[in-house]
Amino acid sequence: MSEPMTGGPKTDIVECDILVIGGGTGGPMAAIKAKERNPGLKVVLMEKANVKRSGAVSMGMDGLNNAVIPGYATPEQYVKEITVANDGIVHQKAVMAYAQGSYPMIQYLDSIGVKFEKDGSGEYNVRKVHHMGTYVLPMPEGHHVKKALYRQLRRLQVMITNRYMATRLLTGPDGQAAGVIGVNTRTSDFLVVRAKSVVLACGAAGRLGLPASGYLFGTYENPANCGDGYAMAYHAGAGLANLECYQINPLIKDYNGPACAYVTGPFGGYTANNKGERFIECDYWSGQMMKEFFSELQSGNGPVFLNMTHLAEETISEIETILHSNERPSRGRFHEGRGTNYRQRMVEMHISEIGFCSGHSASGVWVDENARTTVAGLYAAGDMASVPHNYMLGAFVNGGIAGQDAAEYCASTDLPAYDAGQLAAEQERVLAPTRRADGLTPYEMEFKARRLVNDYLQPPKVTAKYRIAQERFAEVRDDLAMLCVRDPHELMRALELQSILDCADMAAAASLYRTESRWGLYHWRVDHPATDNENWFCHTLLYKDADGRMAHTKRAVDTYVVPIPEEEMSAYHQLRTPTPLAAE
Amino acid sequence: MPHANHATSVPVTIDDEKCIAEKGCRVCIDVCPLDVLAINPATGKAHMKYDECWYCMPCEVDCPTHAVKVEIPYLLR
Repeated sequence: MSEPMTGGPKTDIVECDILVIGGGTGGPMAAIKAKERNPGLKVVLMEKANVKRSGAVSMGMDGLNNAVIPGYATPEQYVKEITVANDGIVHQKAVMAYAQGSYPMIQYLDSIGVKFEKDGSGEYNVRKVHHMGTYVLPMPEGHHVKKALYRQLRRLQVMITNRYMATRLLTGPDGQAAGVIGVNTRTSDFLVVRAKSVVLACGAAGRLGLPASGYLFGTYENPANCGDGYAMAYHAGAGLANLECYQINPLIKDYNGPACAYVTGPFGGYTANNKGERFIECDYWSGQMMKEFFSELQSGNGPVFLNMTHLAEETISEIETILHSNERPSRGRFHEGRGTNYRQRMVEMHISEIGFCSGHSASGVWVDENARTTVAGLYAAGDMASVPHNYMLGAFVNGGIAGQDAAEYCASTDLPAYDAGQLAAEQERVLAPTRRADGLTPYEMEFKARRLVNDYLQPPKVTAKYRIAQERFAEVRDDLAMLCVRDPHELMRALELQSILDCADMAAAASLYRTESRWGLYHWRVDHPATDNENWFCHTLLYKDADGRMAHTKRAVDTYVVPIPEEEMSAYHQLRTPTPLAAE
Repeated sequence: MPHANHATSVPVTIDDEKCIAEKGCRVCIDVCPLDVLAINPATGKAHMKYDECWYCMPCEVDCPTHAVKVEIPYLLR
């Protein structure tokens, strides 16, 4: 099916029914569920790294943070919890679709070899971390997640293209998704994949702010997840929702990985100030929790720690086994280097730089309950799609929803034509830095862009600082004319830098548009300190207008499928302990 | 603007004695999510070519001969 183009850079063209971009978590599940729905479809999975070990769960996961398991929680309770934790601005139908798909997906994962913690009678061992409900299911042997997914991809004959970075979506005559332009990260050869429908699953924009360590790749998210999906969706005309609702995480200082309170909380670990006192009632990551965390850091009670010193030896051993073999196993090595032993010393924590990620926050490419974006034939799932707080299990469930719906969609769709002029222009954009003998390196341009993000965009958000940010980002954008690379690897970084710049501009524009404060620290606008439900109880959608500029619109919050009594809406606003609780 | 030669210490080290790249093994290079490992043309063994590490450890865990060691990058340590 592959045909070389004549003239121009080396370019292969492949045709398929469904193209999935991103082989981490949601992407593989989209491909798997599309093939299960219709084994006759040709499904291509494009991945910038290698599907075996790519994405946020490269090294597995230590637990499900949002399992909706009968006997512990109902989909209605979960929808209520997530609505309240997000100040009401949620598309409940999508949260409900996730909640209803949660338990079947756990059973499916179980059936393909993903292991979850069970009690003596074989029941799932669910624990409580959230403010209201019980949703956390540990995965002490969760390091095999990627292997289980890979087996299914092979079994179902999904066509995998590793080491191709998607750079821009192709759009058809009516603006619909028509495929993607990809470039090989080791050869800079092009691969054009034409498709009837496209699922974007490119992860978070996790390389937006600069880590305090100054190490560009010392991020919470897998740094390969640098916002490519947001940039591609934007340039294809899709709407992006609530980008002003940043992701900011409480992390192990400098290591910048999770501490991880969700794992330690059920065992008795807790977030403490420098006196060893609790100051928040609930360790679940919400914007309000982050604001309390931020306040404590800034106060005389800072810094903030994770305290496990009071726990029994066998408990600490169990925590170490989970934390040092899953998700971010180098945590143990980091603590060792600092001489931090959970038994004797609290773990110093800090807040992360900003990013976009619906895994823990609520922003992303707008999707409805069928994972459809605002562009026909284009789907999004996982950390980059707008279903709030969806974590790993949400990526699986919503990826599956996207794959199934895409399978239905392409049954009644022909392969759209694409614009050869669009392809040629994109190839020229991609290759421009290879045509210069010297100039600015991707490293220094990325460092500067991300340092500016920290200087001006990190909340509390100040309007005057945001205006300066926009000027500085524009200057960096002008400097792209001097960007220069020496090999295909650097070209990948140069392209990623351009996604990062797009995300930085979107973060600034979206934040300026919403003239109120909401979601605790995530959108704390100092010049508009109050929450303004009269004007802003709505989603914001950012999109590229006909003139190629960033534009905004409001989208009303759909009628709730699970009504929330007024008095329950503020549950997440009362997270600070009434008086500091003494150390245990 | 010409470029400077800027040296940094690398967090991932490979024991050349144990590395079996000459037998065609590319496991660590294949699994790295950031594509920072490559064959060193001088030795024929794997090495860290780009200092862009997430200290995520598939290279170390998946290496069939335990030749790879991941350290926390110095700036974070």
